[in-house]
Amino acid sequence: MKVPLSRIAFARSGDKGDTANVGVIALAPEAYEHLVNQVTPERVRAHFAGVCRGDVERFELPNLSALNFLLHESLGGGGTVSLMLDAQGKTFGAGILALEVEVPEDVVAVCDRVVAGEIPGRPPGEE
Amino acid sequence: MAGRIVRVASGQGFWGDWQEAPKLQVRSGDIDYLMLDYLAEITMSILQKQRVKNPAAGYARDFVPLMLDLAPELVEGGVRVVTNAGGVNPAACRDALVAGLADVKTTRPLRIAIVTGDDLMDRLGDLLDAGHELRNMETGAPLSDIRDRVYSANAYIGMEPILEALGQGADIIVTGRSTDTALTYGPLVHEFGWAHDDWDRIAAGVVAGHINECGAQAAGGNTLFDWQGVDLAIPGYPIIEATADGSFVVTKHPGLGGRVTWTSVTEQLVYEMGDPADYITPDCVADFGTVTVADLGGDRVRVSGVTGGPRTDLLKVSIAYHDGFKATGSLTYAGPDALAKARRADEVLRARLDRAGLVFDEIRTEFVGAGACLGLEPGPSAADLPEVGLRVGVRAPDRTPVEAFTREIAPLILAGPPSVTGFAGGRPRVQEVMAYWPALIDRTAVESELRVEVSDA
Repeated sequence: MKVPLSRIAFARSGDKGDTANVGVIALAPEAYEHLVNQVTPERVRAHFAGVCRGDVERFELPNLSALNFLLHESLGGGGTVSLMLDAQGKTFGAGILALEVEVPEDVVAVCDRVVAGEIPGRPPGEE
Repeated sequence: MAGRIVRVASGQGFWGDWQEAPKLQVRSGDIDYLMLDYLAEITMSILQKQRVKNPAAGYARDFVPLMLDLAPELVEGGVRVVTNAGGVNPAACRDALVAGLADVKTTRPLRIAIVTGDDLMDRLGDLLDAGHELRNMETGAPLSDIRDRVYSANAYIGMEPILEALGQGADIIVTGRSTDTALTYGPLVHEFGWAHDDWDRIAAGVVAGHINECGAQAAGGNTLFDWQGVDLAIPGYPIIEATADGSFVVTKHPGLGGRVTWTSVTEQLVYEMGDPADYITPDCVADFGTVTVADLGGDRVRVSGVTGGPRTDLLKVSIAYHDGFKATGSLTYAGPDALAKARRADEVLRARLDRAGLVFDEIRTEFVGAGACLGLEPGPSAADLPEVGLRVGVRAPDRTPVEAFTREIAPLILAGPPSVTGFAGGRPRVQEVMAYWPALIDRTAVESELRVEVSDA
């Protein structure tokens, strides 16, 4: 089914100079492969076409069921040079979650249960 | 988890962070170390600006009254403080601290250490002459291109001076541009006696430092996951409970707000991340692709499995240089047709800037409320917005056109489209642009100049 990325993931973004970083984290391990397949650098670049003037790099973090994107030349020059409202890319994390992804219904259902607090999003650990 | 536990608490994530947080860390439960990170990329140039005006300034001023308030409890509880509050003037920070502590009753004197030598500003000429080109890491250009516009230059330094200060029994360690993470892993290396080439354990300390360095962000602050479910009124900031094997638990004091879960910790792990396998610090290269996160429940998250590799021969240098002027003006337009009114105002403004013959490197218009954050084209629904913020910024090498721009915003109120408000703040302020120039330097050129000075107060 087609859902916004927010149904299977959450995110946080930040800056390094003129590059924004957007970390996308799967709500459940089952959702990770769909992040890898669907949330490609090309799609992310198109999604951020309004701000991203450079390349998009992607790094995989299977240990965290997460992806890290670097959006180069996306902060209007970065630091105090930038005239952008969001010169630190702080809102890009929320922004990426509007991206539409195609995910099997059962995976979305698992993620919904994590959000509802019915099951843990990761295997529980021991002290 | 077996064995001795060392607790390093995070009290500040940037200069301007919540002043109550470090007090709550000391007063709400047991900790061994309090780390306070005050410095962001741009902070050094702001502090440098203050020092140019006043030789006794140039450090995070909030830090001194905070320490005077906490001093008796630090002695009582055996809590040691590690901070980069010294900015570009650790000695002035120490002097203010020593003077203030004279009026504070403690059961024994406090030993204060400062670390100097990271500030390369006065050495730039010598370094360039000696062949250190300090090329921009992003563009490859040599520093000589902008040499006469450099405002501040500081090397990111590692744990060694912190270890020396801890070894000398310092209660409060004030550094300049210490790497943020070193404020956490320095104490861990000291406590557990990790070898300086025990890359995996130091890398684990780096991960702990990354979690601590942004204050509440690892403990429910700024979290996207279930943000409505976190009570952030009086949040507990993160605390690292480390053991000798390098694994640690992220937690917070009970009874305070905030939340430590796998979600809050993972969000912070990916914050400001570059290549996760190549997280470079002065003391090792950490591999965030090896981090394992397990939620133990009860605001306890275990982090383990971290590996790392040898440190490099280079240190990063953070250079700020003057790069022209900018100003940003804002007005608010109310509906109906709020966006259309804001657009017309932008056209009017630009026509007047053109007519005045003003030339800018960049003019940027944003419609706040209609997709400004992500640079989105406003959709059809934007036509119905009850109000839209018009935000226009300009940048130029000289002050004159920017100054002229600041005089063209207010006239739009009477000589522009209707339904406009939001000009209570007055004329926009002209700001000096401080551009950032990241570079690398041979570490020996910096480390030979690092000094630790200890004094009792």
